[in-house]
Amino acid sequence: MIEIENITKRYGAATVVNDVSLVVQPRTITVIVGTSGSGKTTLMRMINRLVEPTAGVIRLDGEDNRTLPGYELRRRIGYAIQGHGLFPHRTVAQNIAVVPELLGWDKARTDARVSELLSLFQLDPETFGPRYPHELSGGQQQRIGVARALAAEPNVLLMDEPFGALDPVIRSKAQEDLLAIQKRFGTTIILVTHDMEEAIHLGHKIAVMDGGNLLQYATPAEILANPATDFVATLVGTGDRPFRFLSLSPAGDAVEPGTAEGEAIPASATQRDALAELLWSGRPALPVVNEAGKAIGRVTVDGLVKRASRPAA
Amino acid sequence: MKLRLPAIVRIGILVLLVVFLARPEWFEPVFRPLTQNNAPVIYNQGSLLNLTLLHLRTVAIATAGATIVAIALAILVTRPFGAEFLPLSRSLVNIGQTFPPVAVLALAVPAVGFGEKPTLIALFLYGLLPIFENALTGLTTLPPTVTDAARGVGMTGWQRLVKVELPLAMPVILAGIRLSVTINLATATIGSTVAAKTLGEVIIAGLQSNNLSFVLQGGLIVGVLAVMIYDGLSAMERFISRRMGLLQQG
Repeated sequence: MIEIENITKRYGAATVVNDVSLVVQPRTITVIVGTSGSGKTTLMRMINRLVEPTAGVIRLDGEDNRTLPGYELRRRIGYAIQGHGLFPHRTVAQNIAVVPELLGWDKARTDARVSELLSLFQLDPETFGPRYPHELSGGQQQRIGVARALAAEPNVLLMDEPFGALDPVIRSKAQEDLLAIQKRFGTTIILVTHDMEEAIHLGHKIAVMDGGNLLQYATPAEILANPATDFVATLVGTGDRPFRFLSLSPAGDAVEPGTAEGEAIPASATQRDALAELLWSGRPALPVVNEAGKAIGRVTVDGLVKRASRPAA
Repeated sequence: MKLRLPAIVRIGILVLLVVFLARPEWFEPVFRPLTQNNAPVIYNQGSLLNLTLLHLRTVAIATAGATIVAIALAILVTRPFGAEFLPLSRSLVNIGQTFPPVAVLALAVPAVGFGEKPTLIALFLYGLLPIFENALTGLTTLPPTVTDAARGVGMTGWQRLVKVELPLAMPVILAGIRLSVTINLATATIGSTVAAKTLGEVIIAGLQSNNLSFVLQGGLIVGVLAVMIYDGLSAMERFISRRMGLLQQG
């Protein structure tokens, strides 16, 4: 659990983060969203003390984060940034091994961890381990950046616009990878982004910041349904709101009894995908199949449209 | 293995230099047209090989000293606690470069006497600036994402310096050392005016006796050494840079 209590950061007369408090539950993904200059990155960097707060306390699992020296604290917290920040003079394997080495792991354990992580990110350890970062594609570099952040099995992972430099196709792949990894390791992730779409897709909870203030801290559904201020509503985008709302739940939740003709959609697809498919193919209903490929019912245009309307407050 | 033309030229020149230093008398016919009145053709007041080694030793000691001091100074003024010394160290190092080496020699002789010492002082001072400036550039223009990552993974200040900052700045620092060595190889010749054992002896002896052959021999050895060392250090920089992906392959 991460407790951020009345955190303020001032540079001279400028207040960059103004009295922010929020609690991040363990094993969840929290996304901090805001425009540039909103203080979102500064807030995140105060968790691992790359920035020292002017006032306030941050506790990790109940312990003040100033108990340890900054560098020791940072070894226990994963850190991944935009543009990956890999060390260009070190091989991929050496890059991933940085934190385990700082922590004094023995070589066998470090090597095993490096291989495990490379395999997890679908990169062959024999092929990619000895390469230098500049020999990789942008997507591969980004994956190594995340692998390095996870190397010492941290409970907490901080990510600063980790997918900002990726093209849309690789980006959505990287997001899926992150969700899978979070499920697997149960890591608590705090991710900073300016992209509300990404926040809604990844976050269990979203913190919206503007001008150093925390405007709203809530689940994606709550933020879509009841934006706290006009600014939050603008970020959400009124035009896309119903579709983003549908994207939060799987098609399986919208299944109605009955049958339909034509190609089926898996129950794990989002309701937005289901609606898009219905609209595009001009059909009034779609069959839905479960993981085993067995038909479990259908989704209809009418049913989905009802679900897309604003929930009663 | 197929050798490219530049490699063949380099090896050829190196072989020629080694043979000339070991057996200078073999080259007598080449230099004979440059002498008059039956003057000696090949330098005969000492061994060319010995002088070359002493010349290289002088340059090596002076450059090593300048490298250590310049890099240490550059590291110091790029740390948070040393930032205020930056202007001071810049002007100190600049003074070293402003003084002509001849002037330094003239001033150093009364203080430390004739011989190798005043030459070492002049070369040391003269070699500081290029290394210091390059080390400063290298350490202050590191990619911000990389230095941020180095802090973010939990490196201490010392670990960041040794594991990340110095290795990344190395190509630029090497370029400074290369410049310094090349300048010092040439400048060391004037050390012979204060009785330092360098290849300057050969040139001065030639000038005094109007023996063009001597002048050419001293000059050529210094020139070839400078070109080859410059070349070798350039190759080293390229290798390191390429490994880090700072240069395009090929």
